[in-house]
Amino acid sequence: MSALADLFTLVMVAGGALLFLAGTLGLLRFPDTLSRLHALSKADNLGLGLIVLGLLPQVGSIAGGLKLVCVWLLAQLSAATASQLIAGALHRRKSGR
Amino acid sequence: MAEFLTGAAFFILAVTALGLFRVLRSELAVERMMAVQLLGTGAAAALVLLGAASTSPATTDVALLLMLLAAFSCAAFTLGQSEEPGDAPAPKGDES
Amino acid sequence: MNLLLDLALVAWLVVLALHVARTGDDRNAIVAFIAFGLLLGLAWTRLGAIDVALTEAAIGGGITGLLLLRAEAHLRRGRQADGAPRQGGGAKTIVAALASAVVALGLGLAVLAFPSPAPTLAQPALAAIDATGLGNPVTAVLLAYRALDTLLEKVVVLLALLGVWALTPDNLWGGAPELKEANPPQPLLYLARTLPPFGVLIAVYMVWVGADAPGGTFQAGSILAAMWLLVMLAGLSPAPETRSRLLRLLLVGGPALFFAIGFLGFAVAGGFLAYPKPLAKALIVGIEAALTVAIALALGLLVAGPSNKAPAR
Repeated sequence: MSALADLFTLVMVAGGALLFLAGTLGLLRFPDTLSRLHALSKADNLGLGLIVLGLLPQVGSIAGGLKLVCVWLLAQLSAATASQLIAGALHRRKSGR
Repeated sequence: MAEFLTGAAFFILAVTALGLFRVLRSELAVERMMAVQLLGTGAAAALVLLGAASTSPATTDVALLLMLLAAFSCAAFTLGQSEEPGDAPAPKGDES
Repeated sequence: MNLLLDLALVAWLVVLALHVARTGDDRNAIVAFIAFGLLLGLAWTRLGAIDVALTEAAIGGGITGLLLLRAEAHLRRGRQADGAPRQGGGAKTIVAALASAVVALGLGLAVLAFPSPAPTLAQPALAAIDATGLGNPVTAVLLAYRALDTLLEKVVVLLALLGVWALTPDNLWGGAPELKEANPPQPLLYLARTLPPFGVLIAVYMVWVGADAPGGTFQAGSILAAMWLLVMLAGLSPAPETRSRLLRLLLVGGPALFFAIGFLGFAVAGGFLAYPKPLAKALIVGIEAALTVAIALALGLLVAGPSNKAPAR
């Protein structure tokens, strides 16, 4: 059972790490700012999400697991708002010109 | 397992930090803020991983604070952004 | 793998610090400095100093960025009004660089001159911790063993706020600082409505957990200050008038309670800031609660700056 849990953690954490790589590559390579923003949110949502999911079997206590989920939920709120703010700032700059 | 988790934390930090160093030379200030945002999430992911690797529960608290305040500096940044030098103040009611 | 991670962290910190120092554009430097704070928080975690990491995350992520960005916007507006070009004299840069190099070299030599193993008071601090009723040695140092330092620190924060307030022009004295943006964007309004409940919850958790695990008043106060600033930036609630009696009482309340308990120590426990043993933990938690409110208000008002509206008659 514990070997299965460890395998789950391995797969999920590796997937999350790869999503961070993908997000960074997108940030560096995508052609315009809005698509770069789009790449960024994948790492924020899915990357952190997979890592948190993968770590859940490794946490000893229920409270510890809940705290991990809270980190992810706060990241959702922060990332969504930050993306909107950045996109809004871009839009205002473009329409202001 | 601890070794693998630390390795994953290192990988995520390395990727996001190198991304930030590339973007710091970019023209657009907004993009630098985006890279900082990504590094913030990467740091939180690394902290969560390191916390699980070292079984010290308080490390997760640091990640919690980082994520709580992630949007805060971004908000502060975009507010100042509206009065960019060289930008003529946009006339009111000219949004669309 | 641990060593690799630590070495990489040090390298990134040095590169970012050099970038912050070298870059000509202030806004660019501030953004890089925010990233520096993130990595510094990680470095403190790696050193096992979670209390410091929490403070760095709260201050660096919340207060410093906003403070620096506001200062930069203010300076830029002033420069635009003057029409004067930016002062960036070569001689000044060289002097600053030399001074920094000397300080860095001195610090490096001092660190290398440490005896090995370094002298430590960790053992006595842990040995006496039962008398305080606390479980977190950092909180025990801050509020019991070296409470005098902490008390004076809080007074220094108040003095700093007085210094900022002293910049108010005479006709605006007692008025409110203006933080609200002209047209706060919708996402900011949403954030200012959604985030503060979570922030307050986490701040209460920080104070509570601080007795036995990493956390404490300063971290909690910084989080509360950040949440308050968010609400003021979005214009959901105006900044308070600096002449408000309640505001001033709350600001002074934390340190005043600390002083009162300190003097009470002469009567009941035989010394300034000595706690009677059965009450030690209750007193410490009480002081922490009052201090958290005072720190949150002081930090928020420090960022808000001197008042720029005349007081309402």
